[in-house]
Amino acid sequence: MTITPLLLAVLQTPQPSRLMSLHTVDVLIILIYFVVILGIGFYLKRFTKTGDDFFLAGRQMTSWIAGLSFVAANLGSLELMGWAAAAYQYGILATHWYWIGAIPAMLFLGIVMMPFYYISKTHSVPGYLKLRFGEPARALSAVTFAVMTVLMSGVNIYSMALVMKVVLGWNINFSIWVSSITVGIYVALGGLLSAVFNEVLQFVLIWVGALLIPIIGLIEVGGWNNMVARIAQNNPGQNYTHLWSTLGSFSDNPMGIHWTGIVLGLGWVISFGYWTTDFLVVQRVLTAKDLRSAKMAPIIGASFKMMVPFIVILPGLLALAVLPVKLVGETQAVSAGMHSYNEVLPLMLARYCGPGLLGLGITALMAGFMSGMAGNVSAFATVWTYDIYRALVRKDASDSHYVSMGRWCTILGILISIGTAYGVMQFKSIMDYVQALFSFFIAPLFGTVLLGMLWKRCTGPGGFWGLLCGTLSSIGMWAWVKLDPSALRYIALSPDARDMAENMYRALWSWIICVVITVVVSMVTQPRPDAELRGLVYGCTEVPSEGHLPLHQRPIFWACIVAAVFVVLNIIFW
Amino acid sequence: MYSEQGGVSIWFFIGALMFVYGILIFASGLFELLSNTPQTVVFGGLHAAVWWGALLIVFGGSASYRFFPRKS
Repeated sequence: MTITPLLLAVLQTPQPSRLMSLHTVDVLIILIYFVVILGIGFYLKRFTKTGDDFFLAGRQMTSWIAGLSFVAANLGSLELMGWAAAAYQYGILATHWYWIGAIPAMLFLGIVMMPFYYISKTHSVPGYLKLRFGEPARALSAVTFAVMTVLMSGVNIYSMALVMKVVLGWNINFSIWVSSITVGIYVALGGLLSAVFNEVLQFVLIWVGALLIPIIGLIEVGGWNNMVARIAQNNPGQNYTHLWSTLGSFSDNPMGIHWTGIVLGLGWVISFGYWTTDFLVVQRVLTAKDLRSAKMAPIIGASFKMMVPFIVILPGLLALAVLPVKLVGETQAVSAGMHSYNEVLPLMLARYCGPGLLGLGITALMAGFMSGMAGNVSAFATVWTYDIYRALVRKDASDSHYVSMGRWCTILGILISIGTAYGVMQFKSIMDYVQALFSFFIAPLFGTVLLGMLWKRCTGPGGFWGLLCGTLSSIGMWAWVKLDPSALRYIALSPDARDMAENMYRALWSWIICVVITVVVSMVTQPRPDAELRGLVYGCTEVPSEGHLPLHQRPIFWACIVAAVFVVLNIIFW
Repeated sequence: MYSEQGGVSIWFFIGALMFVYGILIFASGLFELLSNTPQTVVFGGLHAAVWWGALLIVFGGSASYRFFPRKS
């Protein structure tokens, strides 16, 4: 979902040596992976003839495929390595980004918002804004989103190339071009169908490749309780194993964050904004074959998302307990020749995995990078073709023309991403800006979409001006703190707040500004008649009843189960 | 459309890949076990490659068989 400051640091700093070497069997495993994902792309090309096939995978995926793809598109290796590093530095607090920062929003998407996205038959989130608020709101969100996706895709490519250089000593140009061309080929051939297929495969690979680390790690330390005891022994005076009990004050926890920032900033605005309005993930759910599958997909995704800390956070905690060396920040690591936080996952991989298993683990990391990149590129192709090219350039071309455009702009998206990857090398601070730009767009968009779906009095001008003012205010707050760091006490409510806390509060304020402006402008402008809002707004849309289904087939039943497990987990690790 | 044209299930691709990976990892682990190669990893005595590879063979083989593309 976001790039951690720790990983930003490693991506901005060249590393002199590699962590591990591969054997023949490891190389063979990696080569087979490339052959299989390319083969899937060539195989699926024959099934992508229409626009719906190419951009929405024919809308025929089961809830399981759509749900796994939904969560896999987010589970890039930036996530895997970045949050494992965060777990080493901040302890179990990093789990908030997987639980309160994801689960409630995913369930809300499935139960409340999905019916409107699905019934409106939109191709994209900007497409929904067109139906609800008109062309200006769509154009604003489409252009911003297109820029974000290729920028994020470029960051993904560069991070993968740099991690391969750090871990295996591979040439950075080789990694950039091989991974980009591979993703470009399979997405251009099979469109979203190919991206979804490969994401599900990559999701399984990530689990199979990373699962051994926590299993053998727990065997080594002698179980959870012994791990907690060893962490406390190795790090006296610091609490690394409680989720909520240290969040009463900014200065009581290593993240420098208060529980209000976690609940309102992360759990509400950032999380709901990302999981319910970022088209990169929502597009996966739109591929579902019917409304029930579309509602079930985010619920299935949420149940898997809840388990991801087992392969991401737990290795970071285990490293705190078992590694004989102390990992340090990136700058210190480079100057003193030590290992940094960011190397925690590769270090644990090298600690437990010999020939064969090492290749599987490296393939899992590559799979994570490529699924994140394919997600960005396929979302870019859809938004460019439907919401920019068809809306603003050529309105009445044939369906096959738009499919062809989708294929070409997949290649174009890849080329721009490669350019961005090289740009990141030239301008080291660009990744910091990318993360900031990402938050500018997501938080206000959530306010616009939420009001659009739930409040029928909301008008087109209200939606447009709310989105624009929310985005501009977010940029303004970011610039204010950059120019005057003491402004942090106003934006993040405390001078002790860190970057992460600032992001949370900036998102919260920009969301509030978006909502207030949208409401005020809507109240002084003419609303659309109810008849025009059918299929788009709560209260004007007849959502098909599920009353005739047995309890175990109703999405709300499974959402309640996942919500109950979520609550229990938070209490257990309180 | 994909399903109407009887496309191969994604679970078959996943199963086949896991099966092949299982064979490679199992064989690699077995070679290390039988050749008494010095352990280079912590808890190498667990021979994780052997049982993890075997698990992948079972999982991958079952999925490939269950979702093998058959003509109806």
